[in-house]
Amino acid sequence: MKIDKLVEITQQFPKKLSRRKLLSGVATAAVAIIQTAKGQTIQKGIAENAIDDDPTKKFGTPAGELGTRSPFVKSVKKPSDISSRSPLQDFYGIITPSDLHFERHHGGVPAIDPAKHELLIHGLVEKPLIFTLADLKRFPSVSRIAFLECSGNFRGGKENLTPQEICGLTSQSEWTGVKLSTIFREVGVKPNATWFLAEGGDAAVMTRSIPVKKGWDDAIIAYAQNGEPLRPEQGFPVRLFLPGWEGNTSVKWLRRLELSDAPYYTREETSKYTEPIKDGKYRIFSFDMDARSIITFPSYPQKVEKGWIEIRGLAWSGRGKVVKVEVSTDAGKNWQLARLNEPVLDKAHVQFRHLWHWKGEETEILSRVTDETGYTQPTLKQLFEARGREGGYHMNPITAWQIKKDGAVLFKPEV
Amino acid sequence: MVYIQKTIIKLVLPLVGGIFLKVGYHTVSTERYPGDLSTGRMLADTIPATFGFGRKATQAEIDRLDIDVRPDGKGLPVGLGIASKGKLIFDTKCVACHGAGGIGGPNGSLVTNKPPNTTGRKEKTIGNYWPYATTVFDYIRRAMPFNAPGSLSNEEVYHLTAYLLTANDIIDDKTVINAQTLPKIEMPARNSFIPDDRKGGPEIR
Repeated sequence: MKIDKLVEITQQFPKKLSRRKLLSGVATAAVAIIQTAKGQTIQKGIAENAIDDDPTKKFGTPAGELGTRSPFVKSVKKPSDISSRSPLQDFYGIITPSDLHFERHHGGVPAIDPAKHELLIHGLVEKPLIFTLADLKRFPSVSRIAFLECSGNFRGGKENLTPQEICGLTSQSEWTGVKLSTIFREVGVKPNATWFLAEGGDAAVMTRSIPVKKGWDDAIIAYAQNGEPLRPEQGFPVRLFLPGWEGNTSVKWLRRLELSDAPYYTREETSKYTEPIKDGKYRIFSFDMDARSIITFPSYPQKVEKGWIEIRGLAWSGRGKVVKVEVSTDAGKNWQLARLNEPVLDKAHVQFRHLWHWKGEETEILSRVTDETGYTQPTLKQLFEARGREGGYHMNPITAWQIKKDGAVLFKPEV
Repeated sequence: MVYIQKTIIKLVLPLVGGIFLKVGYHTVSTERYPGDLSTGRMLADTIPATFGFGRKATQAEIDRLDIDVRPDGKGLPVGLGIASKGKLIFDTKCVACHGAGGIGGPNGSLVTNKPPNTTGRKEKTIGNYWPYATTVFDYIRRAMPFNAPGSLSNEEVYHLTAYLLTANDIIDDKTVINAQTLPKIEMPARNSFIPDDRKGGPEIR
């Protein structure tokens, strides 16, 4: 009762009046109600220096329009010119907060008015159609939790690397939208259509050729992520989402689909997103993301103490479900089954954990995942033996962490 | 495990079957659940042959967006290009990012260096890595130049394509590039690519 009344008082005061002024003489407010340039009243996050010794002795922040993050939570992405990496070491559970989802784009994030955005579907179809966002939302909607990973997601070569730096181009969301198969039925995809081109409405007008079969299988035209409309960095207002496939194929800011009887060999599927294998050859249209895992705790630059340590990490496969994750605490000589936290979903990040009693010896800890096809995550050496040493896309090696005597954790660059 | 799941379903589902159906978000569709498992009642809604959503795209609307070009030449517009004119455009609009002669710019070489740089990784260029010449036209037209994407005329794109193919010693400087000739150009890297041969399973590929 008391709380409700105070909120009302707040709203009756001039909008620029802060809670600090409102409650002066009572306590120091940790949160300000401020007015934006557009006249909206918003709740500004608590400043770290405004934290009280005894929060029970003063009235707290009234309810606001948007939630805030504690000033003690510093988790951020790590941007470069072309991408921004998710802080895997900070994640709990399996959902990536939308504002920490990795970014990769080829012409920047476009500013799109959702009321003007349309999706054209044409080519080998009975009825070429144009859908507004509102049209797409009228179709039966589906939701699914699945990871999205860039296929260029491996860094190594030095010891002071965090999980974010090694493979932070993977994230997981609940994606909501309409199944592409529903749209395929609506436009009447012709039997001779074997591929489709997906085109984005960004400055790169980015395009990828996708086998039609994927469209019928499990592709989604997604307009929402984790319960809210897509973030602009994730393709607002509408993107393609291809579960388990290299992230680049899940074309963002989707504006056009053209059904075709052949692939287009666009720049992003020839000059880029192709990787060397042996004998001077390169692999093309390598869509599936192979199974991968990484221990995210403990990891660089954390330090561990002697005693019980719960080793934690993420595992996933673009080919289906994770069936097991094994952990080694003796540099790969012996492997133990890790526990998998539910839910264990198809083509999704899964959380694993393994209890380890560390006695202070120098060692290495590693994880390896096996998926339901029987594929087990390889070492970097095995990948080099299979493909040659050039590296490139689709590198998913076992990650080893060195544990030093003083508890320091360092990445172990392999080979 | 399976036994436990079956037991739970037998015990709990008659009571909360409806809730179970609603939380089945780990499957893409509810089609896996044909109805209420506790009673055997089937879902009453059916998917219509057509929803009637969206509007018919006119040919003009399609033409406005349909800028892609396939290796067989489908999608190439009328027009022609020659290397000498392409060089003039390149030196004005492309050289800052891609370097003089298409070599060594901050955003990557487009032209294979001669003699090849033997130290470090071989730089992938149009001349040594792109399997189809049509991709050069398609990409320049949709995304270049970086600071003014989509600003070039079809003719300018043809000229630039001719220049980059000439600079890579793929065609001579007299060759005229157009919708008929461009798809016929055999690129050096045409046979360098093999479709994905990974299949999952125990083999590391």
